[in-house]
Amino acid sequence: MRASEGELRRFVVDNFLYGREQKFSDEDSLMELGFLDSTGVLELVNFLEKKYGIVVEDADLLPENLDSIGNLARFVSRKVGQTAHLIPALQTAMQD
Amino acid sequence: MCGIAGVCNSRNERVDSQLLTGMIELVYHRGPDASGIHADFGIGLANARLSIIDLSGGAQPMHNADKSLWITFNGEIFNYLELRQELLARGHRFATESDTEVVLHLYEEEGEQCVRRLNGQWGFAIWDIKTRKLFLSRDRMGVRPLFYTVVSGELIFGSEIKSLFAHPAVSRELDLIALDQIFTFWVTLPPRTIFKGIRELPPGHSLVFENGNVRTYPYWQLDFSAAPEQALSEDDYVEELQSLLADAIRIRLRADVPVGVLLSGGLDSTIVTALVRKFAHDRLRTFSVMFTAKELDESVFQQEAVEFFSTSHDQIRCDGTDIARVFADVIWHTEKPLVRAAPAPIYLLSQLIRDDGYKVVLTGEGADEVFGGYDIYKEAKIRRFCAAQPESKRRLRLLRRLYPYQDNLQRQPDRYLQNFFRVGQADTSNPFFSHQPRWELTARMKCFFSDQTRESLRDYDALAELCQQLPPNYDRWHSFGQSQYLETALLLPGYILSSQGDRPALAHSVEARHPFLDYRVVEFAAKLPPRLKMKVLNEKYILKRTFGHMLPPAIVRRPKQPYRAPDGRSFFALPIQDYVETLLSPEQIKTDAVFDSSAVSKLVSKFTSGRALGVKDDMALVGILSTQLLIHQFITQFSQGASSCGQVKASYAVS
Repeated sequence: MRASEGELRRFVVDNFLYGREQKFSDEDSLMELGFLDSTGVLELVNFLEKKYGIVVEDADLLPENLDSIGNLARFVSRKVGQTAHLIPALQTAMQD
Repeated sequence: MCGIAGVCNSRNERVDSQLLTGMIELVYHRGPDASGIHADFGIGLANARLSIIDLSGGAQPMHNADKSLWITFNGEIFNYLELRQELLARGHRFATESDTEVVLHLYEEEGEQCVRRLNGQWGFAIWDIKTRKLFLSRDRMGVRPLFYTVVSGELIFGSEIKSLFAHPAVSRELDLIALDQIFTFWVTLPPRTIFKGIRELPPGHSLVFENGNVRTYPYWQLDFSAAPEQALSEDDYVEELQSLLADAIRIRLRADVPVGVLLSGGLDSTIVTALVRKFAHDRLRTFSVMFTAKELDESVFQQEAVEFFSTSHDQIRCDGTDIARVFADVIWHTEKPLVRAAPAPIYLLSQLIRDDGYKVVLTGEGADEVFGGYDIYKEAKIRRFCAAQPESKRRLRLLRRLYPYQDNLQRQPDRYLQNFFRVGQADTSNPFFSHQPRWELTARMKCFFSDQTRESLRDYDALAELCQQLPPNYDRWHSFGQSQYLETALLLPGYILSSQGDRPALAHSVEARHPFLDYRVVEFAAKLPPRLKMKVLNEKYILKRTFGHMLPPAIVRRPKQPYRAPDGRSFFALPIQDYVETLLSPEQIKTDAVFDSSAVSKLVSKFTSGRALGVKDDMALVGILSTQLLIHQFITQFSQGASSCGQVKASYAVS
């Protein structure tokens, strides 16, 4: 499954801003915007793993991967690509 | 300990005794042992008494020999015996053995300045017939509450706001600026309260009402401008602390009823237990809260202390369901929104203490504030240390030493942790440097405000207002003293001593006494060089150095763990309490209009689906629910809560 910026933005707005729309761009840092509390990144990871069927390793927990809508979308695409390449059967099974 | 209430009008009209009865009935829980009112021209005083000193004498309101002074008093004066001796030598004659009468005679002698001589915890009013002047005073640290308002030339006051609301002229309205403050600092900035027009007399202040005018002034101030380094040797400080704290405890054991100790399992209450044992010959009674949730529970350490001191111990075991069950009652007593559910277990514990036949307990409260125990001090120290050399990896690793008991925080990747603590972002010269991360996180809760609430707060800036209230030399204080000031001037009286202290305890007629908040101990601690409070990263170093040898070693060694209780999730354990569903429903949120209903629904669904993990969600849920309870109990349905108070009322004698 491919991650769309719109979908990720919806999650961030719903989950961290409780739907209270606030203007920010796809490249703004979620940390610097103050959206994440001490568990924010864990909530983000739970969502990505459930929604896109990827596994986020400890080594992936970097702002370069997770800290803006754009970074998240690119990270998920990369991860999904890797997973698809490694275990295509599982991917097919998940899409059924 | 007591509840007080009263009115004073400048028109010299006779006060209706029914009115006073109605006011004092609402704080019957504070003083169920006796009650009295004094109604006269221009003045009305009421008192509900919890008898602790001079059980048979000491009825209130009390007057002096020629009846020119009348007092209604809530609290204890711990040095009353010494003051009494002094007054006897100056020719005063006493009709009772009570501490209240000592205050009255001291006022005769020294007037308003008499409060500087008192060592205790109080909120009282003295009516001076000759000068037609009403004098109100509150203790230095804010242990006991005192509220007032002025409506058409009449001063209306009481230990609790509900007594003021029993007066027909007093309106009940939420103050949104106060809510903004609570959703930033956890407390309001005194004298503001959550209700429009209702003021609290700030800690360490007196008030004079004369000719229809109110004047308040501080008679004592917190001063954390530490003494110059090497003013005394470490051994000298240790010796002084030893004798000061022992004396603070000695005079706090004065009571004509047995005194117990609240034992948390931490350093401070264990020190109190150790020192009390030196004075008390009977087997000491101790009380504690246990939590079903392992990460919150401290019973291993409580048990360690119980065995070490062989006390007779009693405890409650508490989980989220218990908290949800009593939370509405807790808000009836705190009279303000909360961002933590932690007062609820204290409320339950007080019930147990009362059922066990105890009225008075000593606590370790205040030591963390004045001797530097809290993690927020350590956090500020490490953040400052990192800011000085932001590239140092070794320094950044120290952030891992903070809040070791918070699993979710510890699971954060390094860069996120650094961001959370604002490393490299915060300006170290900011007067609020230490508290910035906490306040910014708390202020995120304001995103739940409705458009209407936001609009009315558009030009309001809570931090700017606090800036205006800082002591004149604050910017020249040591940074450690600055953060201690913020904690001791705001959170201590506004939350710890009230919502988590006086209110839940007195809800069950239990009086707490805090030896670490004896003003002599506070003044000593404030002058201590910061390195003796937190030695490198060893918190409360001087306490460990002075009293460590008297305590179980495991308690001296353990790192500080603050008292915490289950929060937001408590309210969603099945079956969900009716009030939770009603007050958080979209319809009710829309009707009350303080919060945005769709945002609240999203928060609630995070909880019901188990996706709420963080402290931000917890705080928001408790903050919103407690505000909704407050609106319903005090604004829209006040008469309901007020009439249920009447169920337990005593027979009130009219003097």
